[in-house]
Amino acid sequence: MADLSTEFLGIKSPNPFWLASAPPTDKEYNVVRAFEAGWGGVVWKTLGEDPHIVNVYGPRYGALLGNDRRVIGFNNIELISDRPLQTNLDEIGRVKRAWPDRAMVVSIMVPCEEASWRRILPMVEDTGCDGIELNFGCPHGMSERGMGSSVGQVPQYIEMVARWCKTYSKLPVIVKLTPNITDIRYPARAAKAGGADAVSLINTINSVMGVNLETMTMTPSVGKQGSHGGYCGTAVRPIALNMVAEIARDPQTAGLPISGIGGVHTWHDAAEFIALGAGTVQVCTAAMVYGFRIVQDMCDGLSNFMDQQGYTRVSQMVGKAVPSITGWSNLNMNHIEKAVINQDSCIQCGRCHVVCEDTSHQAISATRDGKRHFEIMEEECVGCNLCVSVCPVPETITMRTLAAGEIDKRSGKKVDGNYANWTTHPNNPMRVAA
Amino acid sequence: MSPTETASTAQPDIRAGRLDAAQYRSHFCDVHPPLTLAQARIEADRCYYCFDAPCQTACPTGIDIPSFIQRIADNNIRGSAHAILSANPLGGMCARVCPTEVLCEEACVRNTNEDKPVEIGQLQRHATDAYFDDPGAPLFTRAPSTGRTVAVVGAGPAGLACAHGLARLGHDVVVFDANAKPGGLNEYGLATYKTVDNFAQREVEWLLSIGGIDIRNKTALGRDVTLEQLTQDYDAVFLGLGLAGVNAIGIPEPDAVGVRNAVDFIAELRQAKDYAQVPVGRRVVVIGGGMTAVDAAVQSRKLGADEVTIVYRRGDDAMSASLHERDWARTNGVLVRHWAAPREILAREGHVTGVRFARTQQAGGKLVETGEHFTLPADMVLKAIGQSLVAQPLGAMVELQGGRIVTDAQGATSHPKVWAGGDCRVGGRDLTVEAVEHGKVAALAIHAALSA
Repeated sequence: MADLSTEFLGIKSPNPFWLASAPPTDKEYNVVRAFEAGWGGVVWKTLGEDPHIVNVYGPRYGALLGNDRRVIGFNNIELISDRPLQTNLDEIGRVKRAWPDRAMVVSIMVPCEEASWRRILPMVEDTGCDGIELNFGCPHGMSERGMGSSVGQVPQYIEMVARWCKTYSKLPVIVKLTPNITDIRYPARAAKAGGADAVSLINTINSVMGVNLETMTMTPSVGKQGSHGGYCGTAVRPIALNMVAEIARDPQTAGLPISGIGGVHTWHDAAEFIALGAGTVQVCTAAMVYGFRIVQDMCDGLSNFMDQQGYTRVSQMVGKAVPSITGWSNLNMNHIEKAVINQDSCIQCGRCHVVCEDTSHQAISATRDGKRHFEIMEEECVGCNLCVSVCPVPETITMRTLAAGEIDKRSGKKVDGNYANWTTHPNNPMRVAA
Repeated sequence: MSPTETASTAQPDIRAGRLDAAQYRSHFCDVHPPLTLAQARIEADRCYYCFDAPCQTACPTGIDIPSFIQRIADNNIRGSAHAILSANPLGGMCARVCPTEVLCEEACVRNTNEDKPVEIGQLQRHATDAYFDDPGAPLFTRAPSTGRTVAVVGAGPAGLACAHGLARLGHDVVVFDANAKPGGLNEYGLATYKTVDNFAQREVEWLLSIGGIDIRNKTALGRDVTLEQLTQDYDAVFLGLGLAGVNAIGIPEPDAVGVRNAVDFIAELRQAKDYAQVPVGRRVVVIGGGMTAVDAAVQSRKLGADEVTIVYRRGDDAMSASLHERDWARTNGVLVRHWAAPREILAREGHVTGVRFARTQQAGGKLVETGEHFTLPADMVLKAIGQSLVAQPLGAMVELQGGRIVTDAQGATSHPKVWAGGDCRVGGRDLTVEAVEHGKVAALAIHAALSA
């Protein structure tokens, strides 16, 4: 059986599944239940300065639901811990002593002033925790007070605060990044420049979940008004995966440890983050939707997958898919695929036809000999993968790679087996000589 | 029946009130309870929104099924009802009585992989029920008045669909119907548990709410009005007569208590205010193989009959009741016997006591008797071997073929001012939904003729 234990910045945990700094890690009671259920670690809900902040006592959460009420996306306007600092510190120390094999990372958010950081860091270190995570991510509430994402959006601030933390604490420093920026590489580079040991991402994305059209009020709302909240859950995962990969393959940050966050609901999701460079993953929404025992299914799935693939340790998978991501201009323009419909498993819904006809390249016929029949016309197919994406039956439409020397019926030309990308393409005014 | 019991020793036993009130309630409640909102939303999500959807092609009225289901999924019940009712103004009843397993649901592409089609009938019921519960502003309005008036004979599915279509197009319509209430088979001919809560009348009320339709009940063609007079008094005539005659079983029928037409038994139940007042035999024999036979047999069981047997002269596959209906009969404890034709109805002291049957077989492409006989004791015998057009009031004004009215695809008869549709028309499949389509198409044809 595969060994799921991980070591991240020297912090050991029995599995790579940590609970993210969020409502589930608010206090001792929850965290103990999480550890009992099997979570590998937690990032304790963000600590701030006293007097502690207060939350609204109306709706804090909203969900984007499918018709079967499955949660697709989720958002929240809860602020950082609304309990006295010392209460949290006492509980953190107690839990860490009781559960020494679990990762205990403490999230911190205090004003962007050196004195504030210098004051809180030793107090946190005294709990015996394993590391700290700097919350430069929350896009709601605290950002209006110059904290959270308003720090994460300014690389100079990230670098400055990271440096203070490395100066005033011996603990490993993880900088949690906000996705509410235009290019994730800049804040990551700043964190590295400030001496941070790792980055974690993504924090939540600014969002309005919806509008109640009867009352013409945004939802969820606190009375007559609501406020934008942080979006998370399954729906944000592709955004998070891209940002993780951007950092993993940026020459300036490559190799910087990453804790991956954003819509991890299953072992499969977690494995994708790991393949793109994450050493651990952090989870919140899945726990808030299903409760803590979901971690057992995550561990079981990851373990079975690793056994099947022959991985013995999680670290063997970290970053393995990073080389598969590149810039568009590096893509092989001589690589040609055509869709193929398996007539034996086709259920004849015709969606491939109508979407190709209406929105793509008119490459799927709808009848043969006057009968309903869907087939690819290779002379029109550009290999776009739209039909594969909309087909409701798995493995019924697949893509076939044309072999070198085969005639591409669309262009009438032989497929060139050599690699050639946009940088040398004749249509590129900026081309370089091949 | 016990082996020793014979027709000659059995005491006739027909009576009402065999069950207690709770049993009647549970036996005659909605046979397929409607989907809850949550169930409907989940089921609606299963629809693939097919291109040129096979279900729509399979629907005789061509309802845009992917659209009405999508509109349930996106919480647009009014739009969903509009998609249904614009193609089929009796979409509420059709959702209850259509044999969907051989129409839309048979065509659903989900069958290929899962053997489980989208529950189109139940979704259609969900949308129409929800709409009728809270209709709001009218879904359909009338075109400006054309000043023309059309006579519709028969307030069944074909006639009502035709009347609604004509009213939408701006014509005035007068509907003549022989019965006390409009609705035709929807009101008198369906098993009670298929359409509870007076739905047939509620649907008619909605249909009439468009305005311009005047219904004259208890007005029979040939008795109170003549076709000749209608063709003179009105700009056009639509015949949706249905099949008011009941076929004879072809053997002498003694004048005995307990021998009934199944359609009369079904109609009595539909009109009953209290099922406990409807008498049923302890042992019931139903002769026939169609939906009427099944409806009569199952309801006999539900009224408390001990033994109910459907006897059909050919094999199971030849029965015009669908497989679903046959299974439903068996589920309700009805015994279905094949390859037997009635030879004699036995009676004693003015009361039926049983039926003697001849065994039959297929020989040389013909149904023949084998020479063997058997007798089923019975307290009640229900005849359900089909209905026929009562053609006498039509005289020679429209051409008939095989006892039904000849029309073109649009419903035009041999008479230039007369159209026809529904079961009275040649080539019909005796389906409610097909009758609706006939009425709908004929309304357009009449409109075109009047506009020419």
